[in-house]
Amino acid sequence: MMETIEEQLEVRNGIPADEAAGPAGEFLTFRLGSEEYGVDILKVQEIRGYDTVTRIPGAPEFIKGVINLRGTIVPIVDLRLKFDLPEVVYNDFTVMIVLNVLNRVVGIVVDGVSDVIQLEAGQIRPAPEFSAAVNARNIIGLGTVDSRMLILLDIEKLVSDPNLQLVEIH
Amino acid sequence: MPPIDITRFHQTFFDESFEGLDVMESGLLRLDPDAPDDETINAIFRAAHSIKGGAGTFGFATVAEFTHLLETLLDQMRSGNRPVTCKDVDVLLRSVDVLRSLLTAARDGSEADTATAQMVSEELGALLAAPAATVEAPAPAQADAPVAAAPRGWRIEFIPKPELFASGNDPLRIIRELTLLGRAEVICDTDALPMLTEAMPEACYLSWRIDLHADCGRDAIADVFAWVEDECDLSIEPLDGDVAEPTVDAAAVTGTASDGGEQAPGADVDTPSTPPAQDPPAAASGKPELTVIKGGRPAVAASRPATSAERSGEGGSIRVSTEKIDALINLVGELVITQAMLQQTAQHLDPVTHEELFNGLNQLNRNTRVLQEAVMSTRMLPVEFVFSRFPRVVRDLASKLGKQVQLQTVGEKTELDKSVIERIADPLTHLVRNSLDHGIESPERRTAAGKPATGTIRLSASHQGGHIVIEVSDDGAGLDRERILSKARERGIATSDGMADEDVWQLIFEPGFSTAEQITDVSGRGVGMDVVKRNIEALSGSIEISSESGRGSRILIRLPLTLAILDGMSVRIGGEIFIVPLNNVIESLQPQAEQLKSLVNQAQVIRLRAEYVPLVRLQELFGVHDAVRDPQQGIVVVLESGGRKIAALVDELVGQQQVVIKSLESNYRRVPCVSGATILGNGQVALIIDAAEIVRQGARANAA
Repeated sequence: MMETIEEQLEVRNGIPADEAAGPAGEFLTFRLGSEEYGVDILKVQEIRGYDTVTRIPGAPEFIKGVINLRGTIVPIVDLRLKFDLPEVVYNDFTVMIVLNVLNRVVGIVVDGVSDVIQLEAGQIRPAPEFSAAVNARNIIGLGTVDSRMLILLDIEKLVSDPNLQLVEIH
Repeated sequence: MPPIDITRFHQTFFDESFEGLDVMESGLLRLDPDAPDDETINAIFRAAHSIKGGAGTFGFATVAEFTHLLETLLDQMRSGNRPVTCKDVDVLLRSVDVLRSLLTAARDGSEADTATAQMVSEELGALLAAPAATVEAPAPAQADAPVAAAPRGWRIEFIPKPELFASGNDPLRIIRELTLLGRAEVICDTDALPMLTEAMPEACYLSWRIDLHADCGRDAIADVFAWVEDECDLSIEPLDGDVAEPTVDAAAVTGTASDGGEQAPGADVDTPSTPPAQDPPAAASGKPELTVIKGGRPAVAASRPATSAERSGEGGSIRVSTEKIDALINLVGELVITQAMLQQTAQHLDPVTHEELFNGLNQLNRNTRVLQEAVMSTRMLPVEFVFSRFPRVVRDLASKLGKQVQLQTVGEKTELDKSVIERIADPLTHLVRNSLDHGIESPERRTAAGKPATGTIRLSASHQGGHIVIEVSDDGAGLDRERILSKARERGIATSDGMADEDVWQLIFEPGFSTAEQITDVSGRGVGMDVVKRNIEALSGSIEISSESGRGSRILIRLPLTLAILDGMSVRIGGEIFIVPLNNVIESLQPQAEQLKSLVNQAQVIRLRAEYVPLVRLQELFGVHDAVRDPQQGIVVVLESGGRKIAALVDELVGQQQVVIKSLESNYRRVPCVSGATILGNGQVALIIDAAEIVRQGARANAA
C-alpha cells in the first residue's frame, strides 16, 4: 500500500508543475477520523511512519514537536488535534506526511494515507460554509470521486494560518 | 548562439567587482607616491579594467563610464606618463567608494548617489585634463611610452582561434570594449565560415579587422585583448602604418603585421586623408613608433608574468556558494550521527567475535572526524578579510582628526568561520575608531609626553585552543580612571572609589556611557561599547579590557572558531534531553539544604561561597512535568552570561559533547529560551538552551 503510493509520488513529482495547474490535479488522500482529505501531491515531499518527536516548550498542543529529517529540523503538526478530532491514537498506521510548502518543510500527522487520485476541474465543488473544525478559508473545495467526498486542503493557507503558529507573526 | 539570460551571471559579476574594489583599495593604500611600485599600479589597473569590462558586458553603463575615467588615469600612471601624487591617490580612493556605491545601487536596483559620482568624475576629468607632462623627460628613454607619440588610430587584426568560446570569451564584448576607447570601424571577415552542415556550433569562425580612431596607447588596446591573447592571432598597427612601414624592420613585421599596410588604402578612405607625412610630429616620431611596433610583443609579454602570477594565485581557489558548503556540512553532520548510531548498536556485540567489525567502526569514526574537520575548514576564512578594511578606516579618520597613526596588523592569516567574520567587522571597526579617537593623542601632546608623534594601533589575531583571540591595542593615553568614574556617577551607575581598575573599565560597557570630551561624528555618541559587547556576546564571545595610563590600552576579544559547532553539556530534565552551551557553565553542584534560601516572593536563591545566585527551575520554563522539583534531589548548573549568574535546576548531567547547531527557525520559528537544536547520537533532536536569555529572565524575575 505505502509502497505503491511512494512509487506514484516519485513518478508524479518528476512532472513539471504546469501540467497540474488549475484546480484540477492529483491529490494524495488521507484519513482524519472518519473524514477523507486530500492535498496537492506536488506539495508532498515524502511519507513516513510516525516517529518519536522532540517536544517544543510553549508550543500549542497540536504541534507535536520537531523531528530530524536527514539533518533538517522539521516541525510536526498533528492535524487531528488541530481539527479537534475526538479520538487521537498513535499506532502502526499513524503516518506523517512531509510537505514542502512556502519554502518550508512541515510534517503533518494523519490517521493513514489512502491513495493518489486524479481530479478534473468538474469534480471539484467550492466548499460550503460548514461548521467543521476546518476553517473554510483553508479549503480549496470538495472533491467527489464516485460516492466518496474529499476535503481538499489548501495547505499553503493552512501552514501560514496565524492560528497554527508555525511561522513567526510579525 | 541561443539567447542566454545573462542576469544569472550578475551575482558573479558583483562578487568579483566588489573583490576587485577591495584589491584596488588595498593597492592604493599601499601605493607610496615617492616610489610607486609598478606591480601595485598594475594590480589596481587590472582590477579596474575587469570591472569596466564586466560592467560593459552586463550593460551597467554608469559603472562602465565611471570606471573608464578611472582606468584612463591609472593607465597614465602605469605607463609612467603621470607621477603618482597624494592627491591622485585620494581622488582614486574616493572613486573606489563611488564605484562601490554605484555597484551596490546596480545590484539592489536602488537609486545611485549620482551627485557624488558626478563630483568625483569631474575631479577625475580635471586630473586627466591637467598636463601629465611632468615626467616627460625620462619618457623618451622608455620604449613602451606610445602615448607620447600617439598615432591617429590603430588597425587591429583580430583572428580568434576556433576554440575561443571554450574559454568563455566573447569577441563582441571585446569589440564593445574597444568602442569605449574611441570610434571603431569594424569589418567582420566571414570567409572562414563553413557550410552550416559542417559548422561546429561551439567554434569561432569569424575574424575581425577593426580601425580604431582613438587617441590611446597601444597598451590600452592590448589590454582589451589581455584575456584572449593566447587564443587568437592579433596584430595592432598604427592606422598610418603606410608611412611607418618603409622604416619597419622586416623581421618585426613578418607574421603578425602581415599585409596590413597594403590593405589600408582600399579599406578605409579616411586613412589616406591623414597622411602622417604631412604631420610633422608624427613624422618626427617615426622612430619611436618603430620601436613601439618592435617592442609591442615584448611589452605584452612583460606584462604576462604578472597576470599569470595572479592567475596562479587564484588558481588555488574556486568560487562555491555558501549554500553548497552548508549542504555539505549538513551531510557530514548526518554521517557523524549515523556513525554514532552504528557505534551505539555495536556496543551490544561481543568485541572478540566481531573484532573486524569493531576495527572497521573505529576507522569509520576516525575518518568521519577528519572529514568533518576538513569540511568545516572550507567555511573558514582568514581574518584578513576584516582586517583589510582598517588601513582605509585609520587613514581617513587620522587625517580627519589631524592625528598621525600607523596601523600594524598581525596574524591576518588566522582563520575563522565566515559567519563570525561577517559579524565581527562592525564591533572591530568601532573599537579601532575608539582607539583612534579617544586613545591616540594629538601629535603635539604625544611629543610633549615624550612619545613618538606617530601613534600605533595594533590589530592582532591568534588561535588559543578552540578560540580565536583578536586584540586591538594602542599606545595612546589609556583609559582615564577618574573620568570614567565621574561619568558613571553622573549617569547614575553604581560605583565606589575603591573599585579595582578592571571593574572600572567594565563600566564603559554600560548602556549610554560615553567619555568623549566632545561628541564627534567619529565616535562618542554613547551607543558604542555596550553594543560592541552585546554583539560579541551574541557570537558566544567575550571581551576584556586592560589599560595603563599614558601607555595605552588593550582590548581582547575571544571568539569561538565557528558558530556551526558548539561545546555542549547534555542535561536531563524529566524525560527530555537539553544541551547547555559549555562556555556559559561555571560549575555544577548538588546543593545542600543550608545553601538554599527562600525570598519573600517565593523566589529561591542558592548561596555559593560569598554570593547569592537565583535558582531557576528549568522544568517550569520548559513545561516539563515529570522532573525533579527539590534542588537537593537534582543538580544545579551555574550559568553565567553578561556578568550575571543563575543556578539552573536539572535532573542530571548526561555528558559533554560537541554538537552541530541546527536552526529551528528555517522551518519553524524562534522558541523562547532556546537558541537552536541539534541531533543526538540516536538521531533524536535535542534543543539547545539559550543561556543568555535564561540568565536575563532569571535576573529580572529576581529583581522583581
